[in-house]
Amino acid sequence: MLLIYCPYCEEERSELEFRHGGDAHIARPANIADITDEEFQDYFFLRDNPKGLIFERWRHIHGCGRFFNAARDTVSDKFVMSYKAGEPKPNLSGEPTATEKTVETYEAVEGIAK
Amino acid sequence: MSGANRIAGQGRLTPARTARFTFDGKTFDALEGDTVASALLANGVHLVGRSFKYHRPRGILSAGPEEPNALVDVSRDAARRQPNVRAPVQEVFDGMKVESQNRWPSLAFDVGGVNNLLSPFFAAGFYYKTFMWPKAAWEKVYEPFIRRAAGLGVAPTEEDPDHYANRYAYCDVLIAGAGVAGLSAALAAAEAGARVILCDEQPEVGGALHYDTSVKIDGQNGYDWAQATAARLEAMENVTVLTRTTAFGYYNHNFVGLVERVTDHLTRPDRKLPRERLWQVRAKRVILATGSIERHMVFANNDRPGIMLASAARTYLNHFGVAVGRKVGVYTANDSAYEAAFDLKRAGVTIAAIVDNRDKPGEAVLAEARKLGIEVLTGHSVVDTKGKLRVSSMSVARNGGGSARAIPVDALLMSAGWTPSVHLFSQSRGKVAYDAASGRFLPGTYAQDCLSVGSCNGTDALQATIEESLAAGELMARATGNEGGGKVELSGENAFDWTGGMAGSGEGAGVDTTVKAFVDFQNDVCAKDIRLAVREGMHSIEHIKRFTTNGMATDQGKLSNIHGLAIASEVLNREIPKIGLTTFRAPYTPVTFGALISHSRGDLFDPARKTPMHAWEEAHGAVFEDVGNWKRAWYYPRAGETMHDAVNRECRTVRNTAGLFDASTLGKIEVVGPDAGTFMNLMYTNAWDTLKPGRCRYGIMLREDGFVYDDGVVGRLAEDRFHVTTTTGGAPRVMHHMEDYLQTEFPHLKVWLTSTTEQWAVIAVQGPKAREILEPLVEGIDISNEAFPHMSVREGKICGVPTRLFRMSFTGEAGYEVNVPADYGEAVWEAIWARAEPLGACAYGTETMHVLRAEKGYIIVGQDTDGTVTPHDASLSWAVSKKKTDFVGIRGLKRPDLVKEGRKQLVGLLTKDPKVVLEEGAQIVADPNEPKPMKMLGHVTSSYWSENCGRSIAMALVAGGQSRMGQTLYVPMPDRTIAVEVSDMVFIDKEGGRLNG
Repeated sequence: MLLIYCPYCEEERSELEFRHGGDAHIARPANIADITDEEFQDYFFLRDNPKGLIFERWRHIHGCGRFFNAARDTVSDKFVMSYKAGEPKPNLSGEPTATEKTVETYEAVEGIAK
Repeated sequence: MSGANRIAGQGRLTPARTARFTFDGKTFDALEGDTVASALLANGVHLVGRSFKYHRPRGILSAGPEEPNALVDVSRDAARRQPNVRAPVQEVFDGMKVESQNRWPSLAFDVGGVNNLLSPFFAAGFYYKTFMWPKAAWEKVYEPFIRRAAGLGVAPTEEDPDHYANRYAYCDVLIAGAGVAGLSAALAAAEAGARVILCDEQPEVGGALHYDTSVKIDGQNGYDWAQATAARLEAMENVTVLTRTTAFGYYNHNFVGLVERVTDHLTRPDRKLPRERLWQVRAKRVILATGSIERHMVFANNDRPGIMLASAARTYLNHFGVAVGRKVGVYTANDSAYEAAFDLKRAGVTIAAIVDNRDKPGEAVLAEARKLGIEVLTGHSVVDTKGKLRVSSMSVARNGGGSARAIPVDALLMSAGWTPSVHLFSQSRGKVAYDAASGRFLPGTYAQDCLSVGSCNGTDALQATIEESLAAGELMARATGNEGGGKVELSGENAFDWTGGMAGSGEGAGVDTTVKAFVDFQNDVCAKDIRLAVREGMHSIEHIKRFTTNGMATDQGKLSNIHGLAIASEVLNREIPKIGLTTFRAPYTPVTFGALISHSRGDLFDPARKTPMHAWEEAHGAVFEDVGNWKRAWYYPRAGETMHDAVNRECRTVRNTAGLFDASTLGKIEVVGPDAGTFMNLMYTNAWDTLKPGRCRYGIMLREDGFVYDDGVVGRLAEDRFHVTTTTGGAPRVMHHMEDYLQTEFPHLKVWLTSTTEQWAVIAVQGPKAREILEPLVEGIDISNEAFPHMSVREGKICGVPTRLFRMSFTGEAGYEVNVPADYGEAVWEAIWARAEPLGACAYGTETMHVLRAEKGYIIVGQDTDGTVTPHDASLSWAVSKKKTDFVGIRGLKRPDLVKEGRKQLVGLLTKDPKVVLEEGAQIVADPNEPKPMKMLGHVTSSYWSENCGRSIAMALVAGGQSRMGQTLYVPMPDRTIAVEVSDMVFIDKEGGRLNG
């Protein structure tokens, strides 16, 4: 069970208190009624599903109730940081993401020894 | 003495404290502290079970949780029975009943043993190959047969009467394993001031010190040192020592699951105590001191009762005072087994011979064997054994194919070396690394804040283990901010350092042999099965595992792993690390469901939500239905009434007179703030700025994709205050949806949201006499038709308590919904009922509510819509504002697919035969004679007998439905085809006059 840092409560709390909210930094277009089908498709349907660093929304639903954003590594399941909603996307290009150390195959995921 | 094989002066149990138990109906004496295995061995019982697949006679292999063979059924009473209990782990209590498993009619004569003779037909992967055809036979013939023939224990049928506890715990350092390493680490960490939890699966601390009597620590006998150290730790405020407690799972962020067995060893447990306690520990640091497990030797017929691990025999002798035989053979590739022979010899047991497959064993053990007069055959192997229900001889031959000679034995001890227990490390997602020099997998790359110490880390020497563990304990304590104490020092000495070890099949069981040399006893996997798997194309260890079942179930690689890898490596001609390693799955040892679910059973499994009027409804004979967690009054049958009768009566009464309905479960959200109107405009399709305070409106909420998400009546109490209702099931997600937009997309809006579902009790009073019923009870609100028309809301008082009174209707009748603070709900209901009953009104339940709303064509989101329905599809275009430039879903509604012709639309259906009631979910077609597969036009979403219409009515989603009015369609059912006519959805009072009555 993960520990997640809530930037509003300023505390690490158990995953049980949180709900995942999908990708972060996807702004609802201000002129949403006028956007094209392609723009709507990009806004609403298409997501990257990256291997490695992902920015996503979480809600401390059984705590303070606030939505916030977090950067997490989808391979190691480690949280790199979390920050308040509305704050700019942090530049984490220096952080380790999926590297050659990262396992590549089903067998490797199942525990092959390097 | 309790058992003929108990040796006076040996072991640590107290001879005066006895307990009696039965095994397969026969009574045996045991000593307090015995395990089922030690007590049976003390009484000379080696045969305790039959194997999984071949039904071969099996005995006790080990003295620990790795036991694959001695699985028994243990019961305290009829309800407290547990199958598949590992005999070396279960402690004996007085009155315990033990039964062997997987045998019929008896353990000694088992008909299933024929499988052993038929074993050529039961080769690895045979399930996959044999039972392919005919397909239909799988479910009815093959699977039940295999399940009965190949099962082990029988699951209990009675409800578990025990209770289980759950505890969350936090610490600086959690230490798994309380042998030399764990105790040393705990001492160092505790002295530095860290909050420590130390757990061990055995009843006492000590680990290998249970059997290794040659160890001295600080000059003291090792086992005594361990007990004294545990006592010292227990006395410290910052330490929790948990015995009989297994760390079974290592999860993310140092979250470790422990299970404590609290009463299973007690003769008369205090019923207030839980049987087991689950500890959910979040540790800042973890130290793994899980030790290692001895491997068996792989040779022909290595599974007969009486053949066991050398360290197990040593445990039975040195801890339990039991000699496992009188004439004992030893077959080893490792020095440690010699010490078992030494201990037994000194206790008066004859050692037939030590057969060592190495040419050069350790010199120190060789010299000691010579001194004790034990024959050692180096460069020899045991190539076969004899003995039906217990081993009677071992066949010994010189390596390389010499002629074999049979040596009579009544027990055979074996050791192929030691496998570090890296299970928890591996569960922590740490990567193990193969150490070619010692031929074992050791902790490599760590994924979490933990350290392995002692033999699970490949540290063999005693003093090195102590120093490594002390250092780790101190390091972890300092890392968590503890600055107390000084350095702890300990010095250990032992008689012999162990060398040697082997992996894979031994002499006579190698490539090209077909003997039964077991690698995995529990799953009946032999060396030849692994070779067969490779020959048949399984080259990854994961595939080999699944094809042969090697290492599955409770073994999880404890005994079988390294041998299996080595055999595969030999046939594949690839090094072991190239073949990979199967994953060690949690739990480390089996955990009861009771421990995992704890109190979450019965009424506490999924707590019921009850409305304030629940007790009244119960007293008035309501039948309840579950709606989410809510218990809702479904209908109120009177004496002699069926459900159908009751619902018909309730439906008639509401339309003719009036009815009371408990609507408290409706979701309620208070939307407040200067921007509340703007926010509502964004969240719902309707235009809210035109709604005046004191008025209500039916609102539709969409998702961004344009599909209906929820609906409900919203009252505007003031410019800045809305009373929003949601569907019963939708309340939490609607609140979440609103919070999401408010916090993340429209944070500039000054709005506050509060869930008030449970704050308001809601009493719907519906029907022509509704006003007459309520009028005298209401204070401060003029509820005349003129002052308080349909879709109005006022605040005032009813029966002296505050109310939000809505004039609204989900029945099509003139009606009111009385909201009062929940605590007054029952009293106000009673007061209204006291007025209503004499006027001929009834209480009605959800079924009547459903029928009445369907008669009016009012939809239920989630029943008549399914997440792919737009407001236009549901004939609710009138509720979608055309003037607004933004609301959630405005763009989604314009998607090409959502504006296309021919979408499924909600319509009414009237069966040609008015008495026929359609089935909800039934499919609809245009041509009943079309060959299959027929083109489905849609399905029935709601269908009822309408007493008020005197016929059946239905609602359905039908492709292009609104353009099919008057068309005849068909509903094909298994026994007939039903003709229906498409109609609009309002079946009663099409003009809506009754609403305004």
